[in-house]
Amino acid sequence: MKKHLLSSDDLTADDMATLFATAAEMHDVQRREVKKLPALRGRTIINLFFEDSTRTRSSFEIAGKWLSADTINITGKGSSASKGESLRDTVLTIASMGVDAVVMRHGASGAAQQVSQWIDAAVVNAGDGTHEHPTQALLDAYALSRHFGEGDRLGSLEGRHVVLVGDLTHSRVFRSNVITLTRLGARVTVVAPPTLMPAGIASWSSSAGFATSYDLDEVLPTADAVMMLRVQKERMSGGFFPTSREYTVGYGLTRDRLRVLGPEVPICHPGPMNRGLEIAADAADAAQSLILEQVSAGVAVRMSVLYHLLAGEGTA
Amino acid sequence: MTHQPVLVRGASLLGEQTADVLLVDGVIAELGTARVDAPSDARVVEADGLVLLPGLVDLHTHLREPGREDAETVRTGSAAAARGGYTAVLAMANTSPVTDTAEAAERVHSLGRAAGIVDVQPVGAVTKGLRGEELAELGLMARSRAGVRVFSDDGKCVADARVMRRALEYVKAFGGVVSQHAQEPTLAGATACCHEGELSGRLGLPGWPGVAEEVIVARDVMLARHTGSRVHVAHASTAGTVEVLRWAKSLGIQVTAEVTPHHLLLTTDLLGGYDPTFKVNPPLRPAEDVEALRDALADGTIDAVATDHAPHARHDKEHAFVDAAFGMLGLETALGVVATVMVESGRMGWGDVARVMSTRPAEIAGLAGRGDQGHGRPVAVGEPANLTLVDPAASVVVDRDDSASLSRNNPWHGRTLSAAVRATFLRGTPTVLDGQLVEIGATTEGSLT
Repeated sequence: MKKHLLSSDDLTADDMATLFATAAEMHDVQRREVKKLPALRGRTIINLFFEDSTRTRSSFEIAGKWLSADTINITGKGSSASKGESLRDTVLTIASMGVDAVVMRHGASGAAQQVSQWIDAAVVNAGDGTHEHPTQALLDAYALSRHFGEGDRLGSLEGRHVVLVGDLTHSRVFRSNVITLTRLGARVTVVAPPTLMPAGIASWSSSAGFATSYDLDEVLPTADAVMMLRVQKERMSGGFFPTSREYTVGYGLTRDRLRVLGPEVPICHPGPMNRGLEIAADAADAAQSLILEQVSAGVAVRMSVLYHLLAGEGTA
Repeated sequence: MTHQPVLVRGASLLGEQTADVLLVDGVIAELGTARVDAPSDARVVEADGLVLLPGLVDLHTHLREPGREDAETVRTGSAAAARGGYTAVLAMANTSPVTDTAEAAERVHSLGRAAGIVDVQPVGAVTKGLRGEELAELGLMARSRAGVRVFSDDGKCVADARVMRRALEYVKAFGGVVSQHAQEPTLAGATACCHEGELSGRLGLPGWPGVAEEVIVARDVMLARHTGSRVHVAHASTAGTVEVLRWAKSLGIQVTAEVTPHHLLLTTDLLGGYDPTFKVNPPLRPAEDVEALRDALADGTIDAVATDHAPHARHDKEHAFVDAAFGMLGLETALGVVATVMVESGRMGWGDVARVMSTRPAEIAGLAGRGDQGHGRPVAVGEPANLTLVDPAASVVVDRDDSASLSRNNPWHGRTLSAAVRATFLRGTPTVLDGQLVEIGATTEGSLT
């Protein structure tokens, strides 16, 4: 693995397999009474979150703590960045405190990549603007692998048809997922109204090997898994669709579509969900929903990522 | 004030015939294909193999003074300009405070005169505070000692069609021109920072579609036709804009346009690493746009090369890409880029370079017809000795630390560019010799007005 995890593109399929194998071991820790491994004892991890987040920050914090690292949370609000300091000065100050890794969430695409060029510590991209969220994609793929596996054995995604639906333009989860899922051999189709398809997606999809569609009802019957993406209302300044009702009718995972899907097809959502908009409550709470499993898988996957980035030889 | 005479010996005039050129008291006193004898007190500049051009004129320079003197001052920007072969620059109005009054324009003008390195001609804002709402004091700026002729809200588009119409109508009274930063703000949103296309989609950067430029250019040429006025398109960046320009010119509409060196050579792919050095407005475009711009410059559809020299303090670029300042340096490297892209490829000769970097910019800015103070004039006896001497055979690896600018946001660092400026003369006085600045004191002579 590379020194940093900035993009899903930093990982080969072998890297992902290694991370999943370790994550499976880490997953067992969650069932223990004492959820603690000594692997990162003496290491310091900063969770540097310039943008609000509860689940991702908590997930990384728990992952770090269960590996015995010292984890410190710094949020953007009240930080020197909000007082006009440059990003470079802010992260250099933090890195000078002797940290081993910076887990960074930032509202600007590319911020984690830029920071990785300025500091020596390992940088984990915990979501950068509308660019990528590589650990989310890893945990999604890991959760699906567990679903398609038998017992504790992970299943393969090779040839599985995974359908991603929703606000692609503003979704970092989508960008990381198409890389991760196609690298693992899945067949991926992304579905959205034309206004929520990123610019240039026609050439991008043909070179990256995924399909696009405006018609959810046409795609859904062939899905082996469905991943619903949040409609990012806070980024919707441009009138991307006429009304919530129209969006739900066209692209929501409604009760009717749940029936079409059948009970065997897993449903994912990175959260937080807009119930009733992109996903009906029936679908979110259905037996085939992996949404809560995604959350627990997230801790295991992030433990695995931190372990592989930070644990030196002989520390395992 | 008298000058030490200068004899430029054996230069190739616009890359054609070789001549000795004697500069006395600010004008070209003698020009001979046979040997010209130097006066005893003359400085002789050996120019064998060098090309003599009329001094370059930049229609689009940001000098940052007043307001951001840590990034650039009129003096340091002037020095960078002289090193780039320029004898006149137009200083954009988006300073702090904005150049939207006669007093503000005169201040910039006098700072330029005090520096005495190039003629600094202020550009006046079109609207008060660049807010796009009310016309600035266009007439007072025009009638001031600065003699403003070019007006622009550059950095922002005059988006309101009625305001743009009024501006075009108003500047007719004093032969002015409105230079438009064409960016329809509802199409290219407030955070747009990357050409809208596959790369912006992949990188998750807010897209700046080419059509946001093209619709404003199309609108403005129609307004220019309606008002019978002159409009100038700043930093044209797309093939679609070229099509509109070609069409408008075929109808006889009074439209001129400039292209920057970076839009002639760099492409949007450079943004893949999120390096804010390459963040510029309008954004770098794909190769097909670059190719169309090159063709348009060669065939005259685009009139001029303008640098959009935009110095920034280091910390203003050390933010996340979307938060970092727009702009890149350009004065010291513009000629090298044009030589690399247009001359070396055989698309243009040195006479064409003189046209697009001196003659046409001076005409557009109203600097060409002011007697012995003029710029962009022919290299001929009796003409002002504003000249640039270029080594066409040079090959230069750009080093961002070798700069007269206060800033280092240089997109060309490490690249090899063709040709090099060896000397620049402002009214017969060398401001650059052997590629290095000549230390000159403050002077009160040299006014353009």
